[in-house]
Amino acid sequence: MADEPKEPLPSPVPPGEKPASTPLPPSTPAAKAPDVKAPAASPKPAAPPPPKPPVVLQTPLNNELVGRFRAKFGAAIVEAIEDRKQAIITVDRERLGEIALYVRGEEKFEMLSDLTAVDWPKREKRFDVVLNLYSFAKNERLRLKVHAGDGEKVPSMTSVWPTSNWLEREVFDMFGIVFAGHPNLTRILLPEEWQGYPLRKDYDILQQDTAWVKENLGIDSGQ
Amino acid sequence: MEFKGEMALSTEATTEHKTQLGADELVINMGPQHPSTHGVLRVKLKLDGERVIGSECVIGYLHRGVEKIGENRTYQQFAPYVDRMDYVAAVSNGLGYCEAIEKLLIVEAPPRARVIRTILTELQRIASHLLWLGTHALDIGALTPLFYCFREREEILKIFEKYCGARLTTHAFRIGGLQYDAYDTLEKDVERFCKDFVSRVVEYEDLLTQNRIWLGRTKGVGILTATDAIAYGVTGPVLRASGVKWDIRKAAPYAAYDQYKFEIPVGTTGDTYDRYLVRMEEMRQSRLICLQAIENIPTGPILAKVGKVLKPPPGEVYHAIEAPKGELGYYVVSDGSVQPYRVRIRPPSFINLEAFDRMVRGHLVADVVAIIGTLDIVLGEVDR
Repeated sequence: MADEPKEPLPSPVPPGEKPASTPLPPSTPAAKAPDVKAPAASPKPAAPPPPKPPVVLQTPLNNELVGRFRAKFGAAIVEAIEDRKQAIITVDRERLGEIALYVRGEEKFEMLSDLTAVDWPKREKRFDVVLNLYSFAKNERLRLKVHAGDGEKVPSMTSVWPTSNWLEREVFDMFGIVFAGHPNLTRILLPEEWQGYPLRKDYDILQQDTAWVKENLGIDSGQ
Repeated sequence: MEFKGEMALSTEATTEHKTQLGADELVINMGPQHPSTHGVLRVKLKLDGERVIGSECVIGYLHRGVEKIGENRTYQQFAPYVDRMDYVAAVSNGLGYCEAIEKLLIVEAPPRARVIRTILTELQRIASHLLWLGTHALDIGALTPLFYCFREREEILKIFEKYCGARLTTHAFRIGGLQYDAYDTLEKDVERFCKDFVSRVVEYEDLLTQNRIWLGRTKGVGILTATDAIAYGVTGPVLRASGVKWDIRKAAPYAAYDQYKFEIPVGTTGDTYDRYLVRMEEMRQSRLICLQAIENIPTGPILAKVGKVLKPPPGEVYHAIEAPKGELGYYVVSDGSVQPYRVRIRPPSFINLEAFDRMVRGHLVADVVAIIGTLDIVLGEVDR
């Protein structure tokens, strides 16, 4: 799981096609370089390129690490994929606590680099809570994910990785995800009385807590 | 670096100092408008006499919703915004972002671009450390280093200005490589700076390293053990001063760092003095990297083939670089459109500041200033 992809992941494409690694705008005329391959007598120089099959970079991951995970936690491992040489393991939300202890202790992922969330409002369980872990012993990174629906609690990681204290507060602040067992789950960046969770997808970029702004700043709008 | 049992959480108060002086507990505010908090950081301190028995950082005064903005801009449009996070190390911020998007697109910057990126980023590291040294020393009462540090920092900013026209928020790089090629005398300018700089570091060290007041104010202050440092996710010079030899430039080389020889300085006790020594040595090492890099800048293109409209294939990346303050990570999720679905920035200052409470307990109020300084935080990055 190197941090830098040394070469493009997709296998080399035939010279006639555009390499998958350099996406061009679909509106780009195919005949931008007419002197190379396109015959001069091409009747339709501006014909759009044939639709490429969608690039799928996510492949199932089946290395030793995942094997150990599956052996130990079985059905709690929802999915294990590799995306651009990064290991991503989705686990059951309910069992995140014990999995985290195992990951830190036996798999030696001592450092929680980052904990964040992604909102997919159309999904049944709209949130991904994402933990980016690093192991000093193996010089490896691992990403753990759990799915959480609106209002579902995620076990707090504060007793496993103390870093997650502020990170979980930030996720709570921005997404409204509640972490069960957090010692002090309050807003961290926004004012405590703020209403709404700005990083949710249904929160518009111009939206704000107008009542708060009016009361505390004495202006109609912060925009 | 073994974990033995559960880590004690910072919320558990250390009882050994409780009512040691027989004085009542007192809660005082530091900041947000305080010259030594390096921006708008507010710290609530719980005191027993002169001693700190608890602290709470109140942050967010500079929150601009950078991550939300990122979701509403195209990939290229968002690039200048990242410069405004750690605004004293804008080049490093830009490098991390551009590389993360390149990883998402599966393209690689050409060799020439990577070397020039390395040179500018290392100069930026020196500039960032110089600003840290000047202000940190000023907080503790040494006025002179500030003027010395700003003198050398000015030379670096002049190089940036010549390169891209901006001094602070440079937006120096583009996704896929560089927008501008190196100007004609870049190598000469960098070489001259490096030549002068070697004696300049000696000047700073003459003022501080053996200075009795400096030693008294920094030795044994704000100790962070290696175990604690890792548990709190602290990175960068703060982690290395605690004795953990870990630098992303070595652990997962990016840009052109795999081509150059340099050392990772580490400390032993993890106190403020060690962090000072580590950063001083890092400046010397950065200078060495710059000297090696200017010797042989490859010729060739400076921009990889990326389209004018970037539509990375769906997926996600986490890319981290060693910014002057620590691990600067970008977690970017693409849904295949022209705008990132999610941009998460892992800010080193934010996470390093989390360890502040751990470091400050049991120390005197005057040491709080030293500990804030030694963490080298930038509030633009803490609050984003």
